[in-house]
Amino acid sequence: MTPPSPGAAEAPRKLTKKDFESDQDVRWCPGCGDYAILSAVQKTMPDLGLPKENIVFISGIGCSSRFPYYMNTYGFHTIHGRAPAIATGLKVARPDLKVFVVTGDGDGLSIGGNHMLHVLRRNVDVTILLFNNRIYGLTKGQYSPTSEFGKVTKSTPMGSADRPVNPLSFALGCGATFVGRTVDRDVRHMEEMLKRAAAHKGTGFLEILQNCNVYNDLAWNVMYEKETKIHHELRLEHGKPLLFGPADDRKAVIMKGVQPTVVKASAAPESALWIHDEKSVNAAKLLADLFFPDYPVPVGTLLDIEAPVYEHTMLDQEQRAISDRGPGDIAKLLTSGDTWKIE
Amino acid sequence: MSETVATVRGVPKKIKELDRAVIRFAGDSGDGMQLTGEQFTTESAVAGNDISTLPNFPAEIRAPAGTLFGVSSFQLQFGSQRVYTPGDRLDCLVAMNPAALKVHLRDLKPGGLLIVNTAAYDKRNLDKAGYPANPLDDPALGERYRLHKVDMSALTHEAIKDLPLNTKEKDRTKNFFALGLVSWIYTRSLEPTLDWINKKFSKRQDISAANVRVLKAGHAFGETAEIFGEHYTVEAADMPPGLYRAMTGNRALAWGLLAAAQRSTLPVVYGAYPITPASSVLEELAMHKRFRIRTIQAEDEIAAISSVIGAAFGGAIGVTGSSGPGIALKGEAIGLAVTAELPIVIFDIQRGGPSTGLPTKTEQADLMQALYGRNSESPVVVIAPATPGDCFYIAYEAVRLATKYMVPVFVLSDGFLANGSEPWLIPDVNTLPPIDVQFRTEPEGFFPYLRDPATLSRPWVRPGAPGLEHRIGGLEKQDVTGSISYDPENHDHMVRMRAEKVRRVAQEIPPTSINGPATGDLLVVGWGGTYGAITAAVERAQADGKSVAQIHLRHLNPLPPDLGHILREYRKILVPEINSGQLVRVLRAEYLVDAVGYNKVRGLPLPSEEIYESINQLLEST
Repeated sequence: MTPPSPGAAEAPRKLTKKDFESDQDVRWCPGCGDYAILSAVQKTMPDLGLPKENIVFISGIGCSSRFPYYMNTYGFHTIHGRAPAIATGLKVARPDLKVFVVTGDGDGLSIGGNHMLHVLRRNVDVTILLFNNRIYGLTKGQYSPTSEFGKVTKSTPMGSADRPVNPLSFALGCGATFVGRTVDRDVRHMEEMLKRAAAHKGTGFLEILQNCNVYNDLAWNVMYEKETKIHHELRLEHGKPLLFGPADDRKAVIMKGVQPTVVKASAAPESALWIHDEKSVNAAKLLADLFFPDYPVPVGTLLDIEAPVYEHTMLDQEQRAISDRGPGDIAKLLTSGDTWKIE
Repeated sequence: MSETVATVRGVPKKIKELDRAVIRFAGDSGDGMQLTGEQFTTESAVAGNDISTLPNFPAEIRAPAGTLFGVSSFQLQFGSQRVYTPGDRLDCLVAMNPAALKVHLRDLKPGGLLIVNTAAYDKRNLDKAGYPANPLDDPALGERYRLHKVDMSALTHEAIKDLPLNTKEKDRTKNFFALGLVSWIYTRSLEPTLDWINKKFSKRQDISAANVRVLKAGHAFGETAEIFGEHYTVEAADMPPGLYRAMTGNRALAWGLLAAAQRSTLPVVYGAYPITPASSVLEELAMHKRFRIRTIQAEDEIAAISSVIGAAFGGAIGVTGSSGPGIALKGEAIGLAVTAELPIVIFDIQRGGPSTGLPTKTEQADLMQALYGRNSESPVVVIAPATPGDCFYIAYEAVRLATKYMVPVFVLSDGFLANGSEPWLIPDVNTLPPIDVQFRTEPEGFFPYLRDPATLSRPWVRPGAPGLEHRIGGLEKQDVTGSISYDPENHDHMVRMRAEKVRRVAQEIPPTSINGPATGDLLVVGWGGTYGAITAAVERAQADGKSVAQIHLRHLNPLPPDLGHILREYRKILVPEINSGQLVRVLRAEYLVDAVGYNKVRGLPLPSEEIYESINQLLEST
């Protein structure tokens, strides 16, 4: 009864980006960062090597959540915050499908924060793309759970009293097995990270720093401006030291005691360098908290580890129950245990 | 009723034959009253009686010992004729402590059997129950009831004094003394209980031996103690022949899903968040993985229903179960299933409310929530089981309707049906109607909202089917194509389409069965767990020669197509419900009939006696 696994079907023709474009008019604001993400996702899809009918995009509510309508795959635009729960049920029913969850900072971390927590701790095999623009766009400009403290918006004219949540730290705290970050304006890096997150077995959590040019323009400007980006972007590479900045001003992140510290690269002895290890949860948790202005902004894969996948465990139990005792038989069950006959 | 003299092991004691008896075991939460009642039920089932049970326990897991709110009870009625309810007034009350006596004595018939464990009537327990003096010392008690004061604790300890158990463990077996004694009083065979003890405690031989010995000691006490001059028998009932088992409502719901899974050959994904009194459905299903039942204990009520909507999108049978407060949280997601036109089933095991209300008590006040408790126009199919065993058929029918019409189906059970049990005639599963799911695989001419002309259902497509990739969602969509549409006329069309689709389920409803004359003075209309109480009351009125009939609705949305016609065949209509008048309001609105409610919202089943009285009152009123 188990349907063929992704990739098992014969797919002689290599799919192209075009195959993943739907016939729907894209309705985001001109200049929105979502266009670049959509294009990158459509472009990387053929590289997954999966028949497109085995791919499903699930979203909640918000600007980012319109995403499934524009993908020529199976798609489900659901309700606010619940996409991770819907995706969990889908994977339990259909472990053979490749499922993406597209969400935003409000959808995924505010109204849907609870579901985000639990999909991550269960390690359901889905790829989560969290578009973080630090604002509510679709409701026209209220602050979001990732907005900075004191953010002045329509709903916070004197500045927000909320302290922001860090999506990467949150995900790691929930026990995520893959955590990465990329930026909407760095198309090549984004494509690379999309492939990595999608290839992960278990929940792949990818934060995409995304620009809302209407309500929160240039919130991530430090990563957009060539001048600041070169000074503040920390590209994570497994097995490589945490070095960043231009050649003439190279810096390193090292540990002083239990405190990450930025020093001149030339001043750091090789033995003191922090070698990035994607398999270290502890290191990932430290990295996740680094941010501008005190620290560089890490992009890339913070963590990539293996753990039991929720639906696999569940299906294993089902298979074990069937192989131990045979498939269920309702007629037998109804007459099992204490029964009595009336003549 | 006949009287004979029987010889039981040489001691002659009279055996009186009864048509029926109502017994309640009551004690502290820790006294094992639920178990005692369940075992007595099994003994009576094996004796061939018809039975109805009413477990009643506090919401607190370990309520402070001896308190009034910590009292737990189990009531059953068993009879040699059809038994429709657990009974209103008690023939026999076992009160294991003063609190149990205080809470339950008022329900005992004058002259009824009252059995108390005197050991528990100490100063401390009397204080906790609010008795200034020991009520057992009041001669009036013995005059009003047939009072049997038994020091069960001492007799229990005596029976097992040589066994290597500590005092607490020994004391815990005293419920078996009570069970043994009452089993003697009603001439029940101990065999079923002895079998159960052997199985249950197979790994604790010491406890098994103690329970067996105490059970037999209780039985022997009845046989030998001079205080019991007579005992009773209730002959086997005249029930349809066949193989029977005891069935509770929640187990029946779960097994109905198993049957649906097997018949449809689809996996069932059951997503739920633990909540009283629905949790046992989740627990039961989790034991049956062999049926390809996949249970998700979700992080909350919303995740529970969301997960099953995802499962339905994937081509599985999605089912969620909860009680009123949880259903309230699921409202928005149910609306998504309505507009996405995905087949899901929602079990609502109703309990007392509002808010947390009375978690362990029964109520029927979620009808309006099921019918209307969502934003905008969100029609769903609503059906309700009438008895614990009927839950099996209702669960199966819910899956059948949901998959045939691509629509959410609500099942309104309640705490009384969930925990109550009845002797259930085991059906031949081959006689259940087929559940024939056809997934669309043909890309040619496919649109996500194409409609079947008979059912108006849209095609169900499993992701993975090549060439049928499509998107659905919560936004309004154009009919047929499924493309997002904000067009005013299309929206009006879709609102009507979703309503009409639910309305078409009426073609699945069999002709309404009428218990009584097809035309007459009074029609009693009920739904859900009040079936037994209404039936008993109606049949009593009929026996009085009154022109009274009864119908019991299993389909609440859509209503049966013949209902309007039936309602007009009677001068008056009475609608008894455990709410403030919900079905009665629907009937008045739908059919412009002058239906009258009988409503009591106590957290308990409606007493048959009260329904009977209200039938008579309505008949006499002008």
